Amino acid sequence: MSDITFIRAESVTTEPRLARGLLIGGTMALIAVLLFAPLIAVFAEALRDGWAASLDALASPDARSAIRLTLIVAAIAVPLNAVFGIAAAWAITKFDFRGKAFLITLIDLPFSVSPVVAGLALVLLFGVNSSLGGWLVANDLKIVFAFPGIVLATMFVTFPFVARELIPVMIEQGRAEEEAALTLGASGWRAFFTVTLPNIRWALLYGVLLCNARAMGEFGAVAVISGKIRGETTTMPIMIEMFYNEYLSVAAFSLAGVLALLALVTLTLKSLLEWRHADVLAATRRH
Amino acid sequence: MRASIFRSPSPLPGFGLSFGIVMTVLSIVVLLPIGALLGRGLMIGPGDLWGMVNSRRIWSALSLSFRAALIASVFNLVFGIVLAWVLVRYRFWGRRLVDAAVDLPFALPTAVAGISLTALYAPNGVLGQALAPLGIKVAYTELGIWMALVFIGLPFVVRTVQPVIEELDREVEEVSATLGARRAYTLRRVVLPTLAPAALTGFALALARSVGEYGSVIFIAGNIPNLTEIAPLLIVIRLEEYNYDAAAAIGIAMLLISFAMLLAINLIQVWSRRRIGLV
Repeated sequence: MSDITFIRAESVTTEPRLARGLLIGGTMALIAVLLFAPLIAVFAEALRDGWAASLDALASPDARSAIRLTLIVAAIAVPLNAVFGIAAAWAITKFDFRGKAFLITLIDLPFSVSPVVAGLALVLLFGVNSSLGGWLVANDLKIVFAFPGIVLATMFVTFPFVARELIPVMIEQGRAEEEAALTLGASGWRAFFTVTLPNIRWALLYGVLLCNARAMGEFGAVAVISGKIRGETTTMPIMIEMFYNEYLSVAAFSLAGVLALLALVTLTLKSLLEWRHADVLAATRRH
Repeated sequence: MRASIFRSPSPLPGFGLSFGIVMTVLSIVVLLPIGALLGRGLMIGPGDLWGMVNSRRIWSALSLSFRAALIASVFNLVFGIVLAWVLVRYRFWGRRLVDAAVDLPFALPTAVAGISLTALYAPNGVLGQALAPLGIKVAYTELGIWMALVFIGLPFVVRTVQPVIEELDREVEEVSATLGARRAYTLRRVVLPTLAPAALTGFALALARSVGEYGSVIFIAGNIPNLTEIAPLLIVIRLEEYNYDAAAAIGIAMLLISFAMLLAINLIQVWSRRRIGLV
């Protein structure tokens, strides 16, 4: 180029037009194959024999008991994890104590443990051939291959979700507002409910949303500890596996479709939260 | 709990209650079970433990689990950085939709992902049929395991790198350009090193997740012993035989290898942060 013209500032901080086009085209093609194709396949397979067949499959006793169990498990495990997450965030962000970094590592531990290993660990702790398990069975408390075990396994795999979202937000907000509330004569609980909770509610909702999605969909840990007793300890993901292995493809994919719809609702709510409350949630993404 | 050597004084109340809840739940749900697993290992003894793990089938399962996780996570590392860059820097139709969809693998249950990937890539599936003339078999081969793990680990690197790109100072890139650097050189020597620590964090998370992944893999893997049988499946098989010792041995081996790997990644991260001067 002989004659030098004005170069817009942005042109030196971006890639050539052709490279941009190729990058956009390439990544979008991969996203279509890797993400969208599996999602579409769920619904396509579920509706292969039409709506009626799909709805019939969902109305079967097996499917209905699985849906009920999954809802109950999530309704117990998610609030428990929310309370735990709030307590953990309060202890970690409002106080300085020794071993704080180690405590955070322990809370994150479930992320680096395979769900199957988590289920195995719970079986070894509460199963009949451990001393604790023996005592529990003698007192008629069944945990392994029963409902409490499923709740524990679900809590294990979703353990860090709420705490991880809350801790960065509460670090950014500091302690001054709560301290002011106390100086003005508020009780600790009042300071928590009127100062802390309104500050963290969107981050809390965000964490609960992700926690719930994982809780309803957990497979590996529940597969190990539930014993897969049909109609009793079969959650939706376990029932999907059973239907699938029995070649009841429409039933398996219909139940999977329900979970996929739940995933879509989760993603929509999550995106709405991110757009509306970007300021609060930005803290979560910065850490 | 009084303020003591253990913690510095604070005017805020509720330390005892919140710390008590944390330790109780953490112990019941996480620490005691993991302790029971490791305790079982100690009871068996290191020698017998080694004897139980040291078989061809278990070694192939362990090496498959870690190899496939590593391959999928490296793919996700590269693709994740590129995708994060495209989503932050470029404006195009459908960008917001794709940005929201990146988290699909977090929201979609693994068993659902597993059966739908199998339906797609099975010999009679849409993509399976398309790939068959090229001589590529995905379902029931190791390639299928890679596909499942790529799906599972896709969001991690994107989500850790994206905020860093958003906060990048474009002036640095301008300076690099005015000093005569070509765009590719600027990207390689100026932008990429800044993204490295975040990308490594995402890589470590993706790797930890894929090593232990079970639900999405078992449907597409075919589960042929010594070939496409992953380590978590072997644990499930041993448990179904009520062979708790053997299951515990494989579980402990997986734990130890994952922790060693995460430690190595942590060290690389410390080193890379020090090198570019970020704390």
